[in-house]
Amino acid sequence: MTPAAASQRTGTDTMAARSAAPALEVSNLTVEFRTRRGTLTAIDDVSMRIAPGEILGVVGESGAGKSITGLAVLGLLEVPGRIAAGEIHVNGRRIDTLTEEQLTKVRGREMGAIFQDPLTALNPIFSIGAQLIETIRLHTDLSKEEARQRAIKLLREVGIPAPEERLDQYPHQFSGGMRQRVVIALALAAEPALIIADEPTTALDVSIQAQITALLRRLCDDHQTGIMLVTHDMGVIAETADRVAVMYSGRVVETGRVEDVIHDAQHPYTKGLMAAIPSLHERVDKLAQIDGSMPRLNARPPGCAFNARCPAAGPRCHRDKPVLVPAGRGEAACFLHDGGTE
Amino acid sequence: MDAATPILSVENVSKEFDVSAPWLNRVLEGKPKMFVRAVDEVSFSVPRGSCFSIVGESGCGKSTVARLVTGLYSCSAGDIHFGEGQGGRPVRVQMIFQDPHSSLNPRWRVGNIIAEPIREMKLRTGEAQIRARVEELLATVGLAADDADKFPHEFSGGQRQRVSIARALASEPELLVCDEPTSALDVSVQAQILNLMRRLQDELGLTYLFISHNLSVVRHMSDTIAVMYLGRIVEMAPAETLFNAPQHPYSRLLLGTIPDIHAPKRERELQSGEPPSPLNPPAGCTFNPRCPLANDRCRRDLPNLFAVGETSVRCHAVEEGRAQEMPSAG
Repeated sequence: MTPAAASQRTGTDTMAARSAAPALEVSNLTVEFRTRRGTLTAIDDVSMRIAPGEILGVVGESGAGKSITGLAVLGLLEVPGRIAAGEIHVNGRRIDTLTEEQLTKVRGREMGAIFQDPLTALNPIFSIGAQLIETIRLHTDLSKEEARQRAIKLLREVGIPAPEERLDQYPHQFSGGMRQRVVIALALAAEPALIIADEPTTALDVSIQAQITALLRRLCDDHQTGIMLVTHDMGVIAETADRVAVMYSGRVVETGRVEDVIHDAQHPYTKGLMAAIPSLHERVDKLAQIDGSMPRLNARPPGCAFNARCPAAGPRCHRDKPVLVPAGRGEAACFLHDGGTE
Repeated sequence: MDAATPILSVENVSKEFDVSAPWLNRVLEGKPKMFVRAVDEVSFSVPRGSCFSIVGESGCGKSTVARLVTGLYSCSAGDIHFGEGQGGRPVRVQMIFQDPHSSLNPRWRVGNIIAEPIREMKLRTGEAQIRARVEELLATVGLAADDADKFPHEFSGGQRQRVSIARALASEPELLVCDEPTSALDVSVQAQILNLMRRLQDELGLTYLFISHNLSVVRHMSDTIAVMYLGRIVEMAPAETLFNAPQHPYSRLLLGTIPDIHAPKRERELQSGEPPSPLNPPAGCTFNPRCPLANDRCRRDLPNLFAVGETSVRCHAVEEGRAQEMPSAG
């Protein structure tokens, strides 16, 4: 254990501290990429918190920084990316200062990961049983036979029929949806406090997608695992998450309960985004659209990054960066809720 | 030009792909020849000026239909007829692809990409006229005239899809085949492209054959929708009818499972199974292993398309009136 472990939480009993600590607490995280043409700030002062048993949806367009946030938490940022500022606590323990060796132990035991493409997340030359048993034994003291029993239990839990036989099969013998279930079983193997799920249903068909989101919901309730659900699909968030953080150009622009953000968005970007989704219930002549596109990292305007596309932008939006302030029943980073745009 | 004749009619079209092992393996290991029937006796017609959509999950054959219509594949059986185009010449067909990153040549300037069909089909004479036409097309899709001198990598995904649309419009087509044109785009950009496509349809009188897996996009665009499952059309109906009163159990499953931000269905866990392998489809109705209404007849006989009001549906349960037992989705 490192000195940073769980010390700021009250209570001498570590188990008590464990249940009291949030599954994830990210404060003022900044991620930079140093390139030959200067430093690009991919994540700019992002804070978020996930309670045990809670699903936080992180939604945004491609390039908004949602996947980088997930990778930063997992400690999987690749050079030249680095955490320039901020702190990350998983289950009460600070992890952004750990060495690679220490981090390897935390990853898997304290936090699991589910990625978009289940075919690349599994090793094609080992049976799924071998991969599950290896992961279980790495993080627990179970014997080989006990680990095998646990692997079977996990596969049954994620809804794979006949797990005793399926255990000795290889990834290519599974369909896409079943493969994603195996990846979820792997992420659950050591009962982590936090799971980072990065676009877990994007590669799947709609009817399968619904099965996987329902499975994530159930597992989150049963195990009191905190889940960070990173996706571009607001529908998946609506079906799965408790709270949502909307990201735009490296910053969280709005956060709140899912129903509030969908029905009563506070930030102009979120409002535009919700209106741009074609409805299943009625046909309109013209969809609401947000003109333009998100600025590239090297061409971010001063002030609010959304100012060029915003119908309500004023002089202050071109000058100062808004921060999250209470708005509606959640929080939004917009001067409309923070003293006006003049 | 006769408005009553459809611009496109597809009659009993099938497409088989040979997926056999190599010859030597077949000889040595005694493996049989194997075929996948990607599209199986598909028939539909598209009236002039309308938008006909095909929805379904991956592997159902919807993209194969798009490629058959544009002639990128040849049919194994069946016929595809086109109506008469402007001035008595055949209908011009163009295609818009899913990924604007791979469907534009990265080494060509956008102006050349758009000018190529004009030069190839000799629609304008002289470079000045071609250049004027390219600038007109760029303006039509909402880009600036000087964008003609840029390369595709200088554009965002949405702008690149606009370039693809400008290129498709360059040959003055009457029928546009759009294969998942917005799947690679972000939601706010998707709305821009869908609005552009609707506007072009009104202004230029285009007809769309629209392929997508996204039901809400399809609802926004279409007049008529066909639902495909394992190579067959299982239900075909006007858009409103399909969404308000889906008949086939598969259509109901699709509409019931699609994530809906306004009415999330988060309380139930679905056990609706997965599509079977197209290499070895089940006997009878191919949906029977996943269907709550399946009985012995469904496992034995392939249902035929029959009409219920404006809807054509391929289901024994609907035909026998057993479908009411199933709770309606949505």
